[in-house]
Amino acid sequence: MSFVATKKLTLFDYVNYTLLILISAISLFPFIYVLSVSFTDPKVYVPLKFYLFPEQWSLSAYKYILSTNSFLNAFKNTIFVTAIGTVLSIVFSFTFAYALTKKSMPGQKIMLGAVIFTLVFNAGILPNYLLIKELDLLNSLWALIWSGLTNAWSLIMIKSFLESLPSELEEAARIDGSSDIGVFWRIVVPLSMPAVAAFTLFFAVMYWNTYFNALIYVSESSKWTLQVLVKSLVIDSDSNGVGEAGAGGDEAFLPQETIRMASIVMAMVPILIVYPFLQKHFAKGVMIGSVKG
Amino acid sequence: MSLAMSNRSNAEKTPFRRLVDSIIKHRWLYVLAIPGFLYLIVFKYFPMWGLMIAFKEYNPYAGFWGSQWVGFEHFKELFESRNFYIMLRNTLAINIFGLVFMFPLPILLALMLNEVRHEAFKRINQSIVYLPHFLSWVVVVSMTFFLLSTDVGIVNKLISEFGGETVTFLSEPKYFWALLTAQNMWKEAGWGTIIFLAAMAGVDPQRYEAAVVDGASRWRQIWHITLPAIRPTIIILLILRLGQMADVGFEQVILMTNPLVTSVSEVFDTYVYSVGILQGKISIGITVGMFKGVVGLILVVLSNYIVKKIGQEGIY
Repeated sequence: MSFVATKKLTLFDYVNYTLLILISAISLFPFIYVLSVSFTDPKVYVPLKFYLFPEQWSLSAYKYILSTNSFLNAFKNTIFVTAIGTVLSIVFSFTFAYALTKKSMPGQKIMLGAVIFTLVFNAGILPNYLLIKELDLLNSLWALIWSGLTNAWSLIMIKSFLESLPSELEEAARIDGSSDIGVFWRIVVPLSMPAVAAFTLFFAVMYWNTYFNALIYVSESSKWTLQVLVKSLVIDSDSNGVGEAGAGGDEAFLPQETIRMASIVMAMVPILIVYPFLQKHFAKGVMIGSVKG
Repeated sequence: MSLAMSNRSNAEKTPFRRLVDSIIKHRWLYVLAIPGFLYLIVFKYFPMWGLMIAFKEYNPYAGFWGSQWVGFEHFKELFESRNFYIMLRNTLAINIFGLVFMFPLPILLALMLNEVRHEAFKRINQSIVYLPHFLSWVVVVSMTFFLLSTDVGIVNKLISEFGGETVTFLSEPKYFWALLTAQNMWKEAGWGTIIFLAAMAGVDPQRYEAAVVDGASRWRQIWHITLPAIRPTIIILLILRLGQMADVGFEQVILMTNPLVTSVSEVFDTYVYSVGILQGKISIGITVGMFKGVVGLILVVLSNYIVKKIGQEGIY
């Protein structure tokens, strides 16, 4: 509504702007509190005091958690699942979704039907658990990758994105003798980069944040992911939890709160880092399905 | 495919021959489709076969085939148990809280953002309110603890500083549903605006200009132009939301629950987890899961049918 931008602000605008600032403040408040405590020097930290900014900056909480094996291990496991999982998710989803756009392919209807049915019906927690058990994937990080690899929602969104691409280039390449794989790789993939970006982020965030699958499929603590570890440090908090998980040493002097807050920050930090750059793609990704041509 | 064959006209071929030709012609497409399709079969369809265990007395030593058939015994047991009605009530209550308090929020927020005249201010606000969507439930629940718990929560600190009595927000059944809803509002309201903002962006600016010329106030512009423009979106999302009444945010509930609130926190999925996985009563767990799955299926299909009936595009 740029045409009104020149007009002066009315009471309506002042009320609206104030409310929006308030809503944003509520959205940011927990972040600020957790970040501030995690960076506060443990020597001056007063439990339960509200910090808007750390009184005395310190990295000791981070230094401590990054010195514990349990944390480094969980970090490594989470990165493994997220990295490998996201790549495989993108490959499986885009190849399958592309084939699903070709109505002339015998069996396309059956395959699409099979996809859509999983959108409305899912066998549920226990049958999936039994499958993972049968495949001997319990206590393997691959269980987390396989169980999130792709889903009907992503496939349908990607399919409708691919259908919105102009078909002329594809046809031209086909006339020049390209096979379907050649067309996919040389024409469709380069044109799909916005959708690839959006779904890379969706899948990465999903793998990074997954908690429940990790809870049921992975019980050995050496295979824990960050979310499971943070849950045990913060939510199951008996106050000795952090010390027990740690490597030992002078951590006894660190207040539990700063360590716990720092571990929460570590569980969200990759997202906080990429977010400002990729927010645009995320928002676009949500709308992909609605641009059906 | 040899030249001689492709020169033959289609009419001379039998349907079977044509199908084989078509399959050969599309062979590379199958190569692309097969990894994803096989994944679907193994990880989404194989488990459905496991649902038959609901009709058996599952014995892990005897395996699937060795276990005895019991027919609808487990379903009977389920419907006769008191737990079932508690889970049903909790599922409905959590969803109704969500519908009443959560559903309208993204619409309101989108309307507010849409009225902002300064692009930069709007963008910054959007970036901030989208942010919580990307956090895991573990992080959100952890934050909740540091705000509301009795020992480390600063809200309680604040209350006691003002001379109030500490509130046991996290272990009091009467707060539980509201707490879940509040977390959802904080986490998802901003993200939920995207679809409405997109619908609002589709409104022709000339309509607002014309309304201004006619002397319409900002309220009247919202009421007569913006709201009608997003009405179809609201209706579709509402119907689809009703189709998800059997579901609750399961990771959220399992993280928020504790022994003091199970009477209000137990839902089908948490029950499946505790009975099936923790206690190893596979048959009962699968029966509960199947009941929820079938009810969910009916609701989703029904809501999608209604959306299509009113001339809109459904989820499939």
